[in-house]
Amino acid sequence: MAIRAFLGLMILLLFSSTISTALFEDQVGLADWHQKYIGKVKHAVFHTQKTGRKRVVVSTEENVVASLDLRTGDIFWRHVLGKIDRIDQVEIVLGKYVVTLSSGGGILRAWNLPDGQMIWESILQVSASSKSLLYVSANMNVGKDNLILVFGGSLIHALSSTDGQIVWRKELSTNSLEIQQVFQPHDSDTIYALGFIGSSEFVAYYVNYKTGEVLEQSKASFESGFCGEASLVSDDVVVALDASRTYLVSISFRNGVINFHQMYIPELIPEFSGKATLLPSMHNGILAVDIASTIVMLRVKGVNELKIIEKINHPSAISDALPLSKEQQAFAILQHDESRIHYKVKFDTDLTSEIVWSREDGLASIVDSTTSELPVEKEGVSVAEVEHSLFEWLKGHFLKLKGTLMLANPDEVAAIQAIRLKSFEKNKMTRDHNGFRKLIIVLTRAGKVLALHTGDGRVVWSVLLPVLRKSETCGNPFALNVYQWQVPHHHAMHENPSVVVVGRCGHNFDAPGILSIIDSYTGKVHNSLVLEHSVRHIMPLPFTDSTEQHLHIVIDDNLHAHLYPKTSDSVKIFIDEMPNIYWYSVEVGKNIIKGYSLELKGELDMAENDFQPKELWSIVFPSASEKIALTATRKMNEIVHTQAKIIADQDVMYKYISKNILFVATVAPKAAGEIGSVTPEEAWLYAYLIDTVSGRILHRVSHQGAQGPIHAVMSENWVVYHYFNLRAHRYEMSVIEIYDQSREDNKDVWKLVLGKHNLTAPISTYSKPEVTVKSQSYFFTHSVKSMAVTATAKGITSKQLLIGTIGDQVLALDKRFLDPRRSVNPTQSEKEEGIIPLTDSLPIVPQSFVTHALQVEGLRGIVTTPAKLESTSLVFSYGVDLFFTRIAPSRTYDSLTEDFSYALLLLTIVALVAALLVTWALSEKKELREKWR
Amino acid sequence: MEKGKGLARRWAVEFAENSSYSSSTSDVPDPIGFNRSASDPDDANASRQKKDAESAWKAQKAWEVAQAPFKNLLMMGFMMWMAGSTVHLFSIGITFSALWQPISALQGVGKVFEPYKDSKVDILAPKLLFIALNLAALALGVWKLNTLGLLPTHASDWVSSLPPAPEVEYSGGGLPIH
Repeated sequence: MAIRAFLGLMILLLFSSTISTALFEDQVGLADWHQKYIGKVKHAVFHTQKTGRKRVVVSTEENVVASLDLRTGDIFWRHVLGKIDRIDQVEIVLGKYVVTLSSGGGILRAWNLPDGQMIWESILQVSASSKSLLYVSANMNVGKDNLILVFGGSLIHALSSTDGQIVWRKELSTNSLEIQQVFQPHDSDTIYALGFIGSSEFVAYYVNYKTGEVLEQSKASFESGFCGEASLVSDDVVVALDASRTYLVSISFRNGVINFHQMYIPELIPEFSGKATLLPSMHNGILAVDIASTIVMLRVKGVNELKIIEKINHPSAISDALPLSKEQQAFAILQHDESRIHYKVKFDTDLTSEIVWSREDGLASIVDSTTSELPVEKEGVSVAEVEHSLFEWLKGHFLKLKGTLMLANPDEVAAIQAIRLKSFEKNKMTRDHNGFRKLIIVLTRAGKVLALHTGDGRVVWSVLLPVLRKSETCGNPFALNVYQWQVPHHHAMHENPSVVVVGRCGHNFDAPGILSIIDSYTGKVHNSLVLEHSVRHIMPLPFTDSTEQHLHIVIDDNLHAHLYPKTSDSVKIFIDEMPNIYWYSVEVGKNIIKGYSLELKGELDMAENDFQPKELWSIVFPSASEKIALTATRKMNEIVHTQAKIIADQDVMYKYISKNILFVATVAPKAAGEIGSVTPEEAWLYAYLIDTVSGRILHRVSHQGAQGPIHAVMSENWVVYHYFNLRAHRYEMSVIEIYDQSREDNKDVWKLVLGKHNLTAPISTYSKPEVTVKSQSYFFTHSVKSMAVTATAKGITSKQLLIGTIGDQVLALDKRFLDPRRSVNPTQSEKEEGIIPLTDSLPIVPQSFVTHALQVEGLRGIVTTPAKLESTSLVFSYGVDLFFTRIAPSRTYDSLTEDFSYALLLLTIVALVAALLVTWALSEKKELREKWR
Repeated sequence: MEKGKGLARRWAVEFAENSSYSSSTSDVPDPIGFNRSASDPDDANASRQKKDAESAWKAQKAWEVAQAPFKNLLMMGFMMWMAGSTVHLFSIGITFSALWQPISALQGVGKVFEPYKDSKVDILAPKLLFIALNLAALALGVWKLNTLGLLPTHASDWVSSLPPAPEVEYSGGGLPIH
């Protein structure tokens, strides 16, 4: 009770002061960590000059161009290009520039190799339909004005490598020419451009390197046609595939004479069936052909001789050839073996190899995440090795004390900082009292599941799910989501929690689903199965069976529901609850939201485990004027402390708190494109609040002249959404708060004192609650990438919105700024309540960026998890980079700060006791003297 | 006979104030102008008067004591007015002292009136006044507490900790996962 009173007083004191969430410079890294990644590599160019640092320049699927240290794998520099600016190719020019071709060949940029500064950028006009490629002559001389060639379709651009100016531009043919290869034979001023016209004609152009003048051209047609793939195997031979992909066609074009020679693949490779694909050229006369899960390496000698060098079964990736010296080349092959990866390096001649470094760059493509508690600290298990010895502890505190009293010299200050940063306490593998230590379990696009420790972000375990790999039963598997499967409370000491990964075989909705259950502590796969049905929705239910496994409903593409885990126990629980379980489906393409209940026709077959849908309601949006742009719901595990909101003058408003509210935003179909594509008169936005059990529209509001992109976040009884206001030319944020009107009469104190009220009685949406809505809009400066809201253990602490800004930072904005009860001149009592006077725009305080000076490149998502400490919320934001921190929206009112000096407190107490004793002795003496007088 | 007795005993000291000896002392003639018979009733009268005065004084004192909280009440009222109606250390201190003083005074109400207890003095009325005034002071303190908003007299004080009502239905779903 005393603690509660004390807490109340503390909160009171806090509210009387203004809240700010700034961080001191020396606090960076204490509670937060930041990890930089680049993503899955698409191209790599090695820069291995004899002098200077050896590096590799890579471009990745996350649109990152980066320079890595070849010895350690560290990032020298990197740039993240925009989502629409995909990198097509990367090359090193003159040994000092990195040239990237992006946006489908439309933008060519040169970066300085040592530090990554951009040197020049030039924009090229290319046809959108054809793929562009970059060609940099291998025999460039420093000093000479060297050209960079960009070719695509029938166009060749030649750009100066020093300043990016277009030197010449040549359109070779007006026909549908697709240039496949451009190359320059050694020591010549002529470049060869090879391509196909239509599907059956092969063309070779000889172009002057300096001027772009066509010197010669030769054509020949091939009656069975080409499929459009070609691989250059030597200076005068190209190998292509015919239209049926069953013949290899080698084309020689020496001296302007074109000869075809075709080979039937089954003759060459007897086990061939189906279709072949050419892999990028290995050069040096080697050709790689992919035939249904096998890669065959062929050596090409002359025009008509092909010899199989090697067959590689079930590889998942094969690298480009890497020249080691003038003559030698090497390439690498990756193969999956259960959950491990085999890495082979093949050389022309025999050499050995070993792995020098590896980077966990799957973390740049996280698709979903969840959290798990760490194991409880078991008695008898020694944790002595991670604890400080007493002497160390004392030394640390003595140093801290010195720091507090400003007696420390710079060396000691550095030592204090080091102690604080690598505190053993935060990296332990056991549960802590405050709930700061957890495991973040992330699922990456490639189907790898990793557990990160919140203390320092290290990978505790990682597993590559075998079920998410290509197989006969599952053609094109990919991971979708990860959910909590089992969270043991009763047997927390003996049982480990587990998570379930949901995937799908192929990109169609009717492809079979995948479930895989993984132990949260060890990463061991308990159970994996490819389902017989597809996965359209997955609903974690708020019930658990006797072994504390969470019940999940999987809705397949035929709208049938399947219950997991498939045990008789869980079925029994589910059948009991079934009349109260509903589900809804948002069909964006059809502009319909439909609500269903579940029903069981006949007896339940345990093996089938199949429940039928029963359509209850549907909301059809008029497709002429509205298009569903976004939906948002409350987080399932959100905890709300109270249903009442106390407003000025001790009045009460009852929040309408329901987990079954769906926020839907629709926009005008015309205005679905980019900002500025329509006039304000043609654009509008409707915001709906829909009850998903009964299909009732609780509220609808229109914003004229508003356009997407829309971002929304919903929590408790409010929703905040962000959009663009075309009339004001600014971004805007709106808040809607929903209150329950039907509970408004519960204001008689005596009834409440005696408990004669129905405020805690279970409520049903069929009782038709009367709701009132308050809303307000504000301007907001930033455009937004992602939005989230803080979550705390009991829901008492005030909330903050976490806004991922366009600059890849996370901004914390108090919910108090988005309070629809704000007015220009709040009354005295409203001021006391903490209502901020209304302003037209939301303030952005530089100190309230939770990412402080860092950037989470390519920010995609922000996840919040409550800590055990009520004041604190854990924030994990991911994109190409990862960032984790903990924030306290109302400051840490329930704990001492980390840098609180216990030593100083102890010293003060000791000094006080000593002073007490001394003064007591003195006063005794004086009294005695008085008495003798 | 009396002489014979006197002969047998040369002298005697009688410690006790005996009536028989007092009669012997009465043998000694009273000084002229001293009328013993007259003085005796007069003396009794004086002591009675004295007693009356004392009880009157006691009653007066009791009334004074009973009225003392009134001054206190006025002073407290003034202090409360000075403290204002916002919650801070000063106003909380004043309010709690305003509550504590009457309570402690009421607890010690018997002790306060102990010295004025007398068979002849009626202390019930002052006691009642004292209690009434202290109750008034207590009421003032409570009123102050209420103006500070520290009394649970509003609905908001009773519903703020009520958890949200549980929902009967559960609904899930949304956009097809992709």
